[in-house]
This record gives sequence, C-alpha cells and structure tokens, in this order.
Amino acid sequence: MSIDKKITEDLVNAGISFVTTVPCKQLAGVIDEIDQHPDIFHIPSNKEDEGMGLCAGAWMGGKRPAIIMQNTAIGVTINTLATLIQYYRMPLPMLISYRGELREPVACQVEMAVYTKALLAQMNIPTYHFHKQADAEELPMILDYTFMCNKPVAILTDANFWGGYGDQ
Amino acid sequence: MIRSEILKEIAPILRDQLVVCNIGIPSQELHAIDDQPTNFYMLGTMGLASSIGLGLALAQPKPVIVIDGDGSVLTNLGTLPTIGNNVADNYILMIIDNGSYGSTGDQPTYTGKKTDLAGMARAAGCENVVEVQDVDTGKALTAALESGKMTVMIVKCDSGNAKNPVITMDPVVIRDRFMKAVSA
Ligand SMILES: Cc1ncc(C[n+]2csc(CCOP(=O)(O)OP(=O)(O)O)c2C)c(N)n1
Ligand SMILES: [Mg+2]
Repeated sequence: MSIDKKITEDLVNAGISFVTTVPCKQLAGVIDEIDQHPDIFHIPSNKEDEGMGLCAGAWMGGKRPAIIMQNTAIGVTINTLATLIQYYRMPLPMLISYRGELREPVACQVEMAVYTKALLAQMNIPTYHFHKQADAEELPMILDYTFMCNKPVAILTDANFWGGYGDQ
Repeated sequence: MIRSEILKEIAPILRDQLVVCNIGIPSQELHAIDDQPTNFYMLGTMGLASSIGLGLALAQPKPVIVIDGDGSVLTNLGTLPTIGNNVADNYILMIIDNGSYGSTGDQPTYTGKKTDLAGMARAAGCENVVEVQDVDTGKALTAALESGKMTVMIVKCDSGNAKNPVITMDPVVIRDRFMKAVSA
C-alpha cells in the first residue's frame, strides 16, 4: 500500500470523515487519495485558518475532522489555534508537510522550518515528526491520542518521509 | 495556453515595467524567461503579491504590474476591497486564473468551479475589471497600460507548469536591485 493510501486508511479507521486541505507539493498524493475516498468529505480551504474554522464546526456537528497543510501555515494559524481550537478544547489532527528540512530545494522554506518546532512547543502542541515511512506506524495511535485529549496535535512529515522532491 | 506560454508572450511588454510576481512556479518561469531587476520575485509568502504591488503603486508614480494567481488571491481575498477602495491608476493586477494551485501540483481551486473572480473584483469595488482569454493577454495588458486606469485583469488559461530551476538569487539582492530600479 502506498504511504498516501495508508495515511488515508488510518484517518478513516480513526473515524475521521471531514478533511480540509491547503496543498503543498509534498501532500499532493495524500490529498488525491482523500479527495477520492468515499468515506471522507474533502473540503479544500482557501487559507489554513479558514480550514480550522471548518474543522471546529464539523467537530461540534459530530464529525471527526482533520487538516492537511504545510508548516508555513503554522504562521497563518497561531491565533486560531490559541483562541479557537485550544481555547474551546477541540481535537484537531494536523498532518503537516515539514518543508525546509533536509533535501529541500527552495531556500525560503527553511525560514519557517527553523521556527516550526519552536512555535509548536511554545503553544504546548503535542508534536510528532515522521522522518521515515516506518514512523507512520504510530499514526493510528496519534489519532486516538488526539481525540482522547481534545488538543490540536501536529504530525510533521519531512522530505525524507515523502521520499524527496523528485528531480527538483 | 499555460501560464509559461503567456509569460513568454508578454515578456517584451513586462520587460521595462515594475513587476511583482506570484510565489512559486510563476516566479521561476518569469525568472527563466526574462530576468530583470524590475522584477520582484515572491519566494515564500503566499497571497501578498497584490498587496505588495498596491503599496508600491500608491507610493510612487511608475506603473506596477502584479502577476498573481487565483489560489493566491483566494487566500487573501481581502485584497480586492482594499484595491477597489484605494484607486491607484498606475496599478494593474493581472490574475493568471488557471483554476488551480499550479505550484503544488495543480489541485483545483474554486475559480475552476463556480467562483467568478471578475464578479468578485467588481463587487469589491474595482472599476476596470476585464476578463481575458490567454491568447489575448498581450493586447489587454497593453490596453491597460495605455488606459492609465487601475485595471484588474482576470486571465483565463489552462493549468500546467514549465520545468525551471528554483530561484537561488539572494532575497536581499532581489529587493535591493528592485528598489534601485524603482528609483532609477
Ligand atoms: C500559507 C501557505 N500555504 C500553502 C502554501 C503552498 N503554496 C505555494 S504556491 C501555492 C499555489 C498558488 O497557486 P496560485 O496562486 O493559483 O498560482 P499558480 O501556481 O496556479 O499560478 C501553494 C498552495 C504556501 N506557500 N503558504
Ligand atoms: Mg492558479
């Protein structure tokens, strides 16, 4: 099974049925899978904080949500994480492409990479870092944990996890 | 036509103008086709090309052309009312509307579905909004420049990307040579 399929299956098996996305090159495959999965309502958002609003509403409406985004979006969503997701104690798995790590071709991406873990730590957001595909074995546990503790939880997935950037 | 074909065609028009270019592949394409000190390449922030360009147009008299994207305008939709209510007649916002997030693998945006950017720009208060088919971009851009009126162009084209190297120029160098070109 491809890693994109495995992640999608793990989300579905955790009861997640509402997924919002803002794309990243690294996330293209998993977004495709999610878009096609009959048990997931995929709602693309135009901005990551918009996506978190959608997830908050879906959670209150009885669905288990998730957001898929790039780590640059941590910068976009700090306020929403603090004043919506954390303040109202809502669970939110965040599958995040960790751009700007080893093998990154775009120098600018490193600028947010060096803040990513510090910001997440500052916000007391439980953070997991997938570096190898075997690390994804923990994904079902991380998802259970998220809906157990009702917190936003970050799953950082770096370029080595995704197998690099192709020929770029 | 895809974005890179349009850029190739309008490169001679862009050449001597101040250009603020959208993040990702659009900037890589413009850089590969015709790198100029008058080009400001956005390397990392999504959604702000239109705002950077408006600030620049309001601050100085030279024409400013922003090459933006549908996905980027949708992520900073507040830009349209700000543009509509702060008219700068030296400002041209050219939105390459390929209905997708090109740089990240052509995932569809809502403009490829029911959302009409031209209608949104008009409703936001922008007065000269023109919808242009890819092949007519050059003509429409020349007309916008000659009109001396703030213009929002929605350029409808196919999604797809040319393969170009990433821009390795130092961002401070991009900024510095651009500022020199602005004040030249
Ligand atoms: C906050 C944030 N989220 C996601 C991204 C990833 N990203 C970079 S470029 C891009 C697509 C931009 O699409 P559009 O403006 O339509 O330009 P096109 O490439 O289609 O011409 C995305 C989603 C980002 N840079 N920043
Ligand atoms: Mg686009």
